[in-house]
Amino acid sequence: MASTSPVASAGAVATAELAGRIPAARRRDMSGAIAHAILLVSVAVLAFPLYYAFVISTQSLDEVTTLPPKLVPSTHLIPNYADAWARAKMGRLLLNSAIVALAVAIGKIAISLLSAFAIVYFNFRGKQLVFWTIFITLMLPVPVRIVSTYQVVSVLGWVDTYWGLIVPLLASATGTFLFRQFFQTIPDSLAEAAQLDGAGPLRFFWSFLLPLSKANIAALFVILFVYGWNDYLWPLIVTNTPEMRTAVIGIDSLIPRTSQLPEWNVAMAAAMMVLLPPVVVIVAMQRWFVKGLIETEK
Amino acid sequence: MKRTVFPNRWLPYALVAPQLAVTIAFFFWPALDSLRLSLYRASPFGDRLIFIGLGNFQRLLSDPAYFWSAATSFLFSALVTVLGLTVALLLASLANAKIRGLAVYRTLLLWPYGIAPAIAGVIWLFVFHPSFGVLPYLLSFVTAYQFNWFLKGWVALVLIVVAAIWKQFGYNLAFYLAGLQAIPGSVLEAASVDGAGPIRRFFAITFPLLSPVTFFLFTLNMTFSFFDTFGLVHAVTQGGPGEATSILVFRAWKDGFEGLQLGYSAAQSVILMLLVVALTAVQFRFTEKKVTY
Repeated sequence: MASTSPVASAGAVATAELAGRIPAARRRDMSGAIAHAILLVSVAVLAFPLYYAFVISTQSLDEVTTLPPKLVPSTHLIPNYADAWARAKMGRLLLNSAIVALAVAIGKIAISLLSAFAIVYFNFRGKQLVFWTIFITLMLPVPVRIVSTYQVVSVLGWVDTYWGLIVPLLASATGTFLFRQFFQTIPDSLAEAAQLDGAGPLRFFWSFLLPLSKANIAALFVILFVYGWNDYLWPLIVTNTPEMRTAVIGIDSLIPRTSQLPEWNVAMAAAMMVLLPPVVVIVAMQRWFVKGLIETEK
Repeated sequence: MKRTVFPNRWLPYALVAPQLAVTIAFFFWPALDSLRLSLYRASPFGDRLIFIGLGNFQRLLSDPAYFWSAATSFLFSALVTVLGLTVALLLASLANAKIRGLAVYRTLLLWPYGIAPAIAGVIWLFVFHPSFGVLPYLLSFVTAYQFNWFLKGWVALVLIVVAAIWKQFGYNLAFYLAGLQAIPGSVLEAASVDGAGPIRRFFAITFPLLSPVTFFLFTLNMTFSFFDTFGLVHAVTQGGPGEATSILVFRAWKDGFEGLQLGYSAAQSVILMLLVVALTAVQFRFTEKKVTY
């Protein structure tokens, strides 16, 4: 095709089209262009609400409440964010969320690693029972035991504490199964070699299994951090004081209700601050995030 | 099965102890206690529990509001899942080409997964805001109908469906794109040579080959829209207007923690538990039989 003159090639294309056949090269270009167009539009449509929220968070109250809506950033970014920060005590809320998200992620990973290690590398009485016990937690999310779980935490005196926010979430069937599957792919010879070198089980776990599990740990970490940061029902139940609220719940007070001054600029500033940490974690650890999404749903 | 290599009597028990402790104290015990509590109601002064047998369940099953709530939940989950997946699959099929920059697109598609449903809801609440939102403003040029979700139940439902789909859509699309790229081009070309048109090729080849992806996304989206959207409803609509967006999980929370009807709420938890067990059973049957891997 490249050696023929433009006119001749255009003629060839036209005949091909008339015959209902488009040359392969041209068809590929076209489908590529269509693909880019569709993906660009999808990305833009997905980004629009976030852009809109950001724009609102930079406007004054007057700008927010006038029609037509202004879709360009304005000059009130700093006062709005400062206002949201002070009124919702954002510092404390974000700290609480960070503590909970990190503790839930790290705690779940640690507990799952230990359980998976026991299940794969030991033979012990009741192993099947332990396995099924862990499995059944998959069928018991918070909503199916909502009142009673609160009562347990309340009896323990853990209402309005970090213990109450964190410990009841630490069991993890998905994490245990993920590590179990991964451990089963590790050749037996590794454990044998370690034993010949005189390494005990804990030494083997620490020096061999943990380093090998890095990728799986990172993948699980992203998923669990996002889960811990964004969880809503449990922190809502188990905290009453503003000091112990997590960020997703704590900013509720800034959302203007019908009878209130429509300070949506301040509400959006707060929303931006709350959504940023998990989104940054996902974008920064994207490779692990995708792995985690696939692995945890197997 | 792995050859067991460490002979140790007590260590494995110590290793599983933390997991079992949390599981028993915060999963098994409360689940059993919910079963027990569902058979009681609080006395008028709330100081003790009165055994009423299956009274809570009778009351639930004869309550039109509860039936309505269940219908809303299923409609909501079905809309989020079916609409979200259909549009994602359609766009992914149209955009399936060997192009540069797929990794960049993937990043730009996946970030909304990180946004909490409640926060997604707050953003869309403003987009839909009857007085200041951009959407009612644009619609006002087309129709005089008032898309006021404070007053109209169906608009409120659309609002939370859109917010939920928005959060899920990017990774639905990303997963379909990845699934499509994994289908060998030679298979489709062979069908094409045999005279199958694009639509025929899609239903005869692409769609069946994508069934593992569809199944994976279906389960994920159903679970998400049924259980994880509590925050969305709580932060945005509070179940309203009226009862229009009062999904099952929201109702169980509200009756338990605002209405303080512990037994009544526990009975709702038990029904949800049966539902999860049924869904898991269905999921397992499907993974065994219907899905091509």
